[in-house]
Amino acid sequence: MPVKFPGFRSRREAVPDKLWTRCPSCSEQLFNKALEKTLHVCPSCGHHFRLTSALRLGQLLDPGTFEERDPGLTSKDPLGFVDQKAYPDRIAAAQLATGLRDAAVWGYGRIEDQRVAILVMDFGFMGGSMGAVVGEKVARAAEGALASRVPLIIVSASGGARMQEGTLALMQLAKTMAALERLRAAHVPYVSVMSDPTTGGVFASYAAMGDVNLAEPNALIGFAGARVGAGTIGQELPPGFQRAEFLYRHGFVDRIVARADLRRELAALLRYLAPSPTEAARG
Amino acid sequence: MVDRILGRREERPAPEPTPAPVAAVPTPAERKAEVWARVQLARNLRRPRILELLAVMADEVIELHGDRAFGDDEAVVAGFARIGGHRVAVVGQQKGADTEENLRRNFGMPHPEGYRKAMRVMELAERSGLPIVTFVDVPGAYPGPESEERGIAQAIASSVGLMTRLRTPIVTVITGEGGSGGALAIAVGDVVLALENAVYAVISPEGCASILWRTSDEAATAATAMRMSAADQQALGVIDHVIPEPEGGAHTDHEETGRRIRAAVLRELDRLTAIPLELLVEQRYRRYRSLGAYAEVLTETPTPVAPPRSGLADRLRGLLEAGSRAMPAPLQVGRRDEPPAREDV
Repeated sequence: MPVKFPGFRSRREAVPDKLWTRCPSCSEQLFNKALEKTLHVCPSCGHHFRLTSALRLGQLLDPGTFEERDPGLTSKDPLGFVDQKAYPDRIAAAQLATGLRDAAVWGYGRIEDQRVAILVMDFGFMGGSMGAVVGEKVARAAEGALASRVPLIIVSASGGARMQEGTLALMQLAKTMAALERLRAAHVPYVSVMSDPTTGGVFASYAAMGDVNLAEPNALIGFAGARVGAGTIGQELPPGFQRAEFLYRHGFVDRIVARADLRRELAALLRYLAPSPTEAARG
Repeated sequence: MVDRILGRREERPAPEPTPAPVAAVPTPAERKAEVWARVQLARNLRRPRILELLAVMADEVIELHGDRAFGDDEAVVAGFARIGGHRVAVVGQQKGADTEENLRRNFGMPHPEGYRKAMRVMELAERSGLPIVTFVDVPGAYPGPESEERGIAQAIASSVGLMTRLRTPIVTVITGEGGSGGALAIAVGDVVLALENAVYAVISPEGCASILWRTSDEAATAATAMRMSAADQQALGVIDHVIPEPEGGAHTDHEETGRRIRAAVLRELDRLTAIPLELLVEQRYRRYRSLGAYAEVLTETPTPVAPPRSGLADRLRGLLEAGSRAMPAPLQVGRRDEPPAREDV
């Protein structure tokens, strides 16, 4: 084994191996050690940094309770898609950079001792885009939650459907919604947590459709990418457009929850939502 | 942009039929030209939409209006129709034939209330035991602020979800542009048909090009890469059957196009109405559950590699390692023995 320096961190973490990070919102120089303690929220302005799936799971679940499912799912290249780069090369690069196979991780875990099925997206993997693997994992998570009758939690962080998989990526909207409709019919609860960003096909499928929708402060949440929207309609956009608070004001988000409170809020909600194990419902 | 869409469509004449093939396999340039020609045909202003097609296909049409919450979106047509021996519910996007109608119908780009009207009518169809026929032709759902304020994403997600579980047969026909979520919102069916020159994509070719090629000038390249054409979509399993268009394209002969769609739709209605509902809904679930290509590998998850450019700490470590070992082992850089970070939770 190579000698390890105590300060060395893998690239996997949001804040790589340097000591300081500049807050993109208030430009404050932040000491990374301190940023870790505040769950990657800027202590000076409250800016919520994007989290890797590992950090997110670590923040939400009781320590040591996560059991990952289907870690081996990996994308194929059904279209033979090449833009500036071939799709398989993009996948390989993203896998090496993140240590993930695709943009979502799912499994079972506990939040304040309540068992949940949880899926967490990772924006670092090709912008968290949803192709067949993400769609399949969401469907399996919903089917798993249904089979074991535990609540489903999905934390979204995604630019939308993955263009490199064409309409097969679009079809993941139908795949995920089909599974969620069955979950709902069986009275198993689903909580959607939208983090920065949650846009496009992910917002237009499972992310918008929680029994309870939570969002992190100031997260970008919208259907059309800001560029697409503004370019298409040639119209000035209202201030705060497509931010969590905008969605909240218009009735599509139940609560905006600061990261420091998220685990506690989820636990509190689950005490109302958790299906009783005896409750009979059609699967 | 609206004017630009219109302008672009008017500027480009309907493409000529593909030249007689010289070689069996088309060159990439030929392939690109062919796909782009189809995109232009799918966007042709005179292409028949749901109302023009129903005028040919149906003996009776009763349109219903309003979503019972906000208003009536004229970009979406919904109601009842009698087609052959079947009374059905119909839903489709309707573009305008001229500028005035296009302003009224918002160029066929629905707001949330359009999809909510569609859902209302589809739920009514389920309760009334009517099969549903949908006609899809949409550049995309309207992406403006009003649309976002009223929950376009929630409307699309709800409609997609509803269609996956409705206990009545659903026949979908992609007649023109299958524009992403705005199309899928009314395109989840037991069977998905498409006209020969219809296209279907996850994002507009211009949008795809501007993101992946950083210029919308590469739209034709993006359209080819996304395999938008009906034939390609059939090969991917997204579309089940392709309906041939009259010579020159659907816009040249609405009557004949309508007759061909009618025959295909009736064939599917006859077939689907004979299937028990329980089985029908389960088959629909399986259809969408199985779309998408992935592999399942059994090896360990890939571990992160060291940063490609080593910083001072790495170089110091390298020196230390060189001192503490007989030889540095550069091949081990990409492999680490500790578990991947994501299992550290």
